[in-house]
Amino acid sequence: MLVDIQNLKIGFKSRTGFHQAVKGVSLKLGTEKLGIVGESGSGKSLTARALMKLLPKSTVIEADTLAFDGIDVLSASERQMRQIRGKRAGFILQDPKYSLNPVKTIGAQVAESWRTHKGGSRREALEAAVNLLEQVQIRNPQVVAKSYPHEVSGGMGQRVMIAMMLAPDPELLIADEPTSALDATVQAEILRLIEELVAERGMGLLLISHDLPLVSHFCDRVMVMYSGRVMEELKASELLSAKHPYTRGLLNCMPSLIHPKDRLPVLARDPEWLK
Amino acid sequence: MNAAFRTWALSEAPSSRRQAAWGNRYRAWLNLKGNPLGMIGLTIISIFILMAIFAPLLATHDPATQELANRLAAPNAAHWFGTDELGRDVFSRILYGARVTLGMVIAVVVLVAPIGLAVGCIAGYFGGIVDTALMRITDIFLAFPRLVLALAFVAALKPGIESAVLAIALTAWPPYARLARAETLTVRNSDFIAAYRLTGASSWRIIFRHIAPLCTPSLIVRVTLDMSSIIITAASLGFLGMGAQPPSPEWGAMIATAKRFIFEQWWVPMIPAIAILLVSLAFNFLGDALRDVLDPKGN
Amino acid sequence: MLSSVILTLFGLTVLTFLIGRVMPVDPVIAAVGDNAPEDVIIRARAEMGLDQPLPIQFLHYLNQLAHGDFGMSVLTKNPVATDIARFFPATFELATAALLLSIVIGIPLGVWAAVRQGSITDQAIRVLCLAGHSVPVFMLSMISLLIFYSALGIAPGPGRQDIIYDGMIEPVTGLLSIDTLIAGDLDAFWDALTHMAQPVIILAYFSMAYIARMTRAFMIDALKGEYVITARAKGLTGLKVVWSHAFPTVAVQLITVIALTYAGLLEGAVVTETVFAWPGIGQYLTTSLMNADMNPVVGSTLLIGFIYVGLNLLADILYRLLDPRVQ
Repeated sequence: MLVDIQNLKIGFKSRTGFHQAVKGVSLKLGTEKLGIVGESGSGKSLTARALMKLLPKSTVIEADTLAFDGIDVLSASERQMRQIRGKRAGFILQDPKYSLNPVKTIGAQVAESWRTHKGGSRREALEAAVNLLEQVQIRNPQVVAKSYPHEVSGGMGQRVMIAMMLAPDPELLIADEPTSALDATVQAEILRLIEELVAERGMGLLLISHDLPLVSHFCDRVMVMYSGRVMEELKASELLSAKHPYTRGLLNCMPSLIHPKDRLPVLARDPEWLK
Repeated sequence: MNAAFRTWALSEAPSSRRQAAWGNRYRAWLNLKGNPLGMIGLTIISIFILMAIFAPLLATHDPATQELANRLAAPNAAHWFGTDELGRDVFSRILYGARVTLGMVIAVVVLVAPIGLAVGCIAGYFGGIVDTALMRITDIFLAFPRLVLALAFVAALKPGIESAVLAIALTAWPPYARLARAETLTVRNSDFIAAYRLTGASSWRIIFRHIAPLCTPSLIVRVTLDMSSIIITAASLGFLGMGAQPPSPEWGAMIATAKRFIFEQWWVPMIPAIAILLVSLAFNFLGDALRDVLDPKGN
Repeated sequence: MLSSVILTLFGLTVLTFLIGRVMPVDPVIAAVGDNAPEDVIIRARAEMGLDQPLPIQFLHYLNQLAHGDFGMSVLTKNPVATDIARFFPATFELATAALLLSIVIGIPLGVWAAVRQGSITDQAIRVLCLAGHSVPVFMLSMISLLIFYSALGIAPGPGRQDIIYDGMIEPVTGLLSIDTLIAGDLDAFWDALTHMAQPVIILAYFSMAYIARMTRAFMIDALKGEYVITARAKGLTGLKVVWSHAFPTVAVQLITVIALTYAGLLEGAVVTETVFAWPGIGQYLTTSLMNADMNPVVGSTLLIGFIYVGLNLLADILYRLLDPRVQ
């Protein structure tokens, strides 16, 4: 079991009080593809970041179990976490425009990732970086390696991000809304690339998204979150027979070309779900 | 009554504009109260203002009376802060000096804030050639360190409090103009300004009734932070003999006349220096806290 | 960019020209004396070009400036340009040493405060910096002389060097710390350094406060960036995340801050030099002021203004060269 989370709670202290954002989430993940779906603020990103211990120090995290491959993340030191981050689990962020360092060349950023975990000389690292850029299907990797993030397109930036996170050959890839900032046509390409690489390298995938059909298309299992809680977990193939009213509501809100509706229904939220 | 005000002001659903405004003010006050440095600053400034207002009541001696037999006395029961080179009571002179300093600071701010606000708003609102011309002038004044330009101005006029105020004012307005311009640019093209224009309001009315008030909060923060700089410039002018002239009990001038006693009777120049430090530190503490409270993004 | 710089420089010249012309003392009377006969005054006025309308006088003034002529100093009986050339190196030495010291201390302090935002460390650094903004430079100078020179006797008194070294060092650069090294006189070098220590540290504290505060503000913003999360997710150490990912994004902004700081140091030098009897441009300026000697005042003011504009231009150019985001 790569990831084991039992009853995870995440909260923030503020001047006016305490805000509980994640209220008892549990999940298990092996070498498989799990999608977490939910609207913004549902706690899906927080859950993933808590697993990598990437949240600000002021965040209050509690859990019965929060483990990566048997290592207890809550009690792990920074040094132990650095052995997981990057090396064993890659983390792809949403928008390459902000998630790549604006003043370092792309090659240097990918090479740094490789060198941090694999050692070797600066030149070897740069060669490895170009090779990685090629693996994520960038056509002229030599040129791209020398350019800065603002000089490449969003889709290209996300490929760079993927290359950077794959550099140390991790066992798990966490992708936090990897395509939400991209054009619709590029979205599919990037997801296909992730899918291929995951299959090729036999990695686990945790795909976070607000796009229910997309996730069900790419993942084996889907977990639906709402307001810091798991509403429902089911096989992707069984999505259409989902029972939970929230999941059903989300599916009903989808526009469809085959069965057009005059007006899309508005999602009705039931306070009962949170009990 | 207090509790009632609290619930009324902090209501999540204010029923009137006035209630919402008071709610914001009260929240800002609560934030300020939670900032220890800010509260220290506010306390010192309040004491300083009270000192200035009630100087005649608080003073133990006449600040001008000389007692040559008792020169350069160390602090004692009769003269709490000792006496200066002419045997005048330093404590009383510090009290009256607070009046001079406070007066200068107020005079500078009264001169500078409206000018800076007007120049900035006009430049920002009209844009184009007006903007370019006004901003170029602003840049010229910004291109001198404040004290150097003030010194040159004072020399061209004649040393004294009035010249010092004028000189500091001439060097202090450009940052306000820059700030007001930046704020104006962010609201100039907003819909509500367009709406005023559609109702037929004149440019001047829009600038002074609608845009200028929006620039005021950030200007207040800036003024508070600037106070200490104004105080130090005024004191430096006094120290260099270009500001207030003896026998004025202005703190900088007091240090200037007493600085030759620094190695023997160090308290004589040091006491006014401490007064300057405390007040300017207090304004910086308060300004820093106000910025955190009123302008959380600005840092 | 260049046109605006030229305009600003022109404006500076107009401003200093006007300052020089509205002075309370009539320069003609000052030159020929109170009791000079009427015809002498008229002749002197014509000789000095002061009988002509202001615009003509201004053109004349510009022409003089273009030839590096700032007029004569009544007090030193030297051309102002010569005086400035003699006094400026001392100020340059003081301000530059102070700047280097304040960069070396201020930037790490600001970064540290930003990384520990809200902690006791941050508060302590904040108080230290606010105090740096609030304390008058002349007060610090006096306290320093009182403690280290008078009470403890571990620091030398005012001045740039001990009298025994007076006139012994051949001026090459005008910077005593470097000239003594060129002369190979280590004792004189050490003497120069100890004389510099007090004014430099005091000036450095003052500018360090500004640099640290700005660094903190920039770094807090930078540390909020998503690329910081990326860097941590890559498994980098905290030190690397801060210094090799967040800091490089603000380094370019800091160049502008440092340029501004240098101008502030020139201002601080005016006061510090007075207290430490440091024979630099600041002391020259204040001494001339006291004696209503206007040409040196206008000349030094103009020089400081030009330096300031030049530094801003330099910062702007460096910014364009060093930041890959600027095209």
